[in-house]
Amino acid sequence: MEFLDIVQLLDTSIRLGTPLLFACLAGLFSERSGVVDIGLEGKMLIAAFFSAAAAFYTGNAWLGLLAGIAASMVLAVIHGLASITFRGNQLISGVAINFLAAGMTVLVAQSWFKQGGRTPPLTGNGRFGNVELPFAIGPTEAEAAGRPLSQMIGEAGPIQQLYSELISGHSILVYLGVLAVVATWWILFRTRFGLRLRAVGENPAAVDTAGVSVIQLRYAAVLICGVLCGLAGAYMATSLQAGFVKDMTAGRGFIALAALIFAKWRPVYAMWACLLFGFFQALETRPDLIEAVIGMKVQIQLLGALPYILTVVILAGFIGKAIPPKASAEPYIKER
Amino acid sequence: MTAPAIELKGISKAFGPVQANKDISISVQPGTIHGIIGENGAGKSTLMSILYGFYKADAGEIFIKGQKTQIPDSQHAIKAGIGMVFQHFKLVENFTVLENIILGAEDGAMLTTSLGKARKELKHLADEYGLNVDPDAVIENLSVGHQQRVEILKALYRKAEILILDEPTGVLTPAEADQLFRILDRLREEGKTIILITHKLREIMDTTDTVSVMRRGEMTATVKTSETSPEELAELMVGRKVLLRVDKVPATPGKTVLDVKGLRVVDEKGVERVKGIDLTVRAGEILGIAGVAGNGQSELLEVLGGFADGTGVITMNGTEIPLTGQGADGRARRDAGISHVPEDRQREGLIMEYSAWENTVFGYHRDKDHQSGILMDNAGIQAEAQEKMDRFDVRPPNPKLAAKNFSGGNQQKIVLAREIERNPDLLLIGQPTRGVDIGAIEFIHQQVVNLRDQGKAILLVSVELDEIMSLSDRIAVMFDGHIMGERDPAQTNERELGLLMAGITDTSAVTNGASEEALNDG
Repeated sequence: MEFLDIVQLLDTSIRLGTPLLFACLAGLFSERSGVVDIGLEGKMLIAAFFSAAAAFYTGNAWLGLLAGIAASMVLAVIHGLASITFRGNQLISGVAINFLAAGMTVLVAQSWFKQGGRTPPLTGNGRFGNVELPFAIGPTEAEAAGRPLSQMIGEAGPIQQLYSELISGHSILVYLGVLAVVATWWILFRTRFGLRLRAVGENPAAVDTAGVSVIQLRYAAVLICGVLCGLAGAYMATSLQAGFVKDMTAGRGFIALAALIFAKWRPVYAMWACLLFGFFQALETRPDLIEAVIGMKVQIQLLGALPYILTVVILAGFIGKAIPPKASAEPYIKER
Repeated sequence: MTAPAIELKGISKAFGPVQANKDISISVQPGTIHGIIGENGAGKSTLMSILYGFYKADAGEIFIKGQKTQIPDSQHAIKAGIGMVFQHFKLVENFTVLENIILGAEDGAMLTTSLGKARKELKHLADEYGLNVDPDAVIENLSVGHQQRVEILKALYRKAEILILDEPTGVLTPAEADQLFRILDRLREEGKTIILITHKLREIMDTTDTVSVMRRGEMTATVKTSETSPEELAELMVGRKVLLRVDKVPATPGKTVLDVKGLRVVDEKGVERVKGIDLTVRAGEILGIAGVAGNGQSELLEVLGGFADGTGVITMNGTEIPLTGQGADGRARRDAGISHVPEDRQREGLIMEYSAWENTVFGYHRDKDHQSGILMDNAGIQAEAQEKMDRFDVRPPNPKLAAKNFSGGNQQKIVLAREIERNPDLLLIGQPTRGVDIGAIEFIHQQVVNLRDQGKAILLVSVELDEIMSLSDRIAVMFDGHIMGERDPAQTNERELGLLMAGITDTSAVTNGASEEALNDG
């Protein structure tokens, strides 16, 4: 295995880790406010569909992103109504949202596009292109030199390889994901809103008696969760892939929840956790590397199951004590 | 005369069919400590919750400093200069003191400026009122007394002129309570108005200027504290004459029932909580264990009750009982003739969601007479529960009601009914009247004394010194896992016991007649 192989593996980890990261941060906002959201998956899925559909009709990935976010926020509001306003069971509301999204996306896709529950493939500006950072070797350079890109990168020095493969050449949403980590940290620990958000997930009565509305705070958190899930889904459909296919999120919303627990509800840890889970998913794409390292062929199906198996293993054995926000999953009822 | 700090006129509030407050009017003078006393469920907390914007009154008006004021939510209450210290603190436990204080009263959207300003202000408040707390300490690492100070500081930081304290001493040790009252005095000197809600007569007599009495949702009287007596207040609260002292004849102790030698208990954190104590309890006597909470009394009860491990030798009626492993559980203890009324009745004494009749049989549900074939004899248990509840005057006498729907005193009566009716040789009883109404206290104390008079041995643990002194036939004082000394209640006083509770064994200045052997452990 060469240096470049590792770089490529990490590059894929970042690509695959990004939807997890958005979803994980989404869950972080929601759960920090005391609203458990197992509907991340459903929100991602519906955002993936509507972003792909909108991008297909308009030919503009940005409009697709907005449509995805809007769709995700609609589900977020439903979850908010059920769990905040009507103080329902948050798990049940989340499950319902997942079912709703899984069924509705395929149904609407079939009705609109008649391609077996998928959207037509996105091309051109319907997808987010890859950002080429200055001084990186990208497709433009390859075209100018008239040589294959992979060959040019293969010949470059390790630092250039690292820069061109790993840092440069991602969708703009990947960079936005990293920015979202920093922003989440800053909001959570440096702003008044963050203080109140953390407080309302620990002890809503303290927030209420301090004269701050528990309901408003929780809705704010749930809406932010909707925006981030929208980003996660839109990234899946318009960046990572070119269009929507049935159940394309494939449990990523749940892996993001696992990453959230693994990260102990902290934003920077969340980024590392999502990269780790992204790495597990990246392994599936490179059976040749695995064979080279362990010296035997591993069945592709086993590799496909690997991220899920490792999720269970990590949650069961490696995280130590993860203490969720104290008021998680508890509707707030005033009492003295 | 200045306008009253608070004036309530004709406040009424009903929860469904329950009229929690009936046409209540009260006037609180500025710069005074005004006590509101009443039994649990008398409507004190409801009234204060209305004042703090937690509930909306069905009828009535609120005047603050002579101005008619609407208080639809807590924010308006804070603006009107009202601060509230709830019985159960409203603090975020994993936040620092400073973060808790600024929560909801931040300056601007950025935390750094708010925290900086609060730090200065906190220092100022600490100097002015003697409220010292480390601003960077995390709440969950603070003692209950300090947590309460944070609540007071929160109110003062919000410029509260009127401070309401709801049962503030319920969770405090006597020493912490004394400190609290010194702070309240200081606040009064600075012109703050304080409303103290409590059901403890002594606190009212010691600290307040004026006292209002509530009973069943109504304000029955408002009197100057200097012109009333505990007996009069108790009668106003309960609606009948109440015996404040326990009526009992001298004990006639028989043979030794429980004998503890060299008991040591290490808690789950590896800290030794009981450090080698010796004690005996004889038939027909009450041994009272006094001490500030957290000095090993709870662990002592837990080991005796069979839900914690210990080392040492404990004999019960002459037979050694195991302290670890098999046979060291509640069931074995009950078989050995030990009944246990645990300190925390809501966690260890009852299952709150279960009905009263189910709760009257827990621990004894395997008894033959509760079985009917392979099934439980539920009808029989229910009938028996009804009898027990009548005998123990549990109100309401409805065995089908869930335990959580009874008041503290009535919950305790359910536990007592279960444990006493089993006719144990030894009764372990922890904090028998914590959070219990004055009327029920009288009843519970009488039951314990009756049991003693039937020749049973009783080990009483309580942080209420009054209770220890009036019930016990002998008093042992625990401090830091040791028994500091044993005293005859007739020959000791609160000062001497207070010194022992603080770990000071040289009490010759205040009394005589200490039992020498018991001092060796200190």
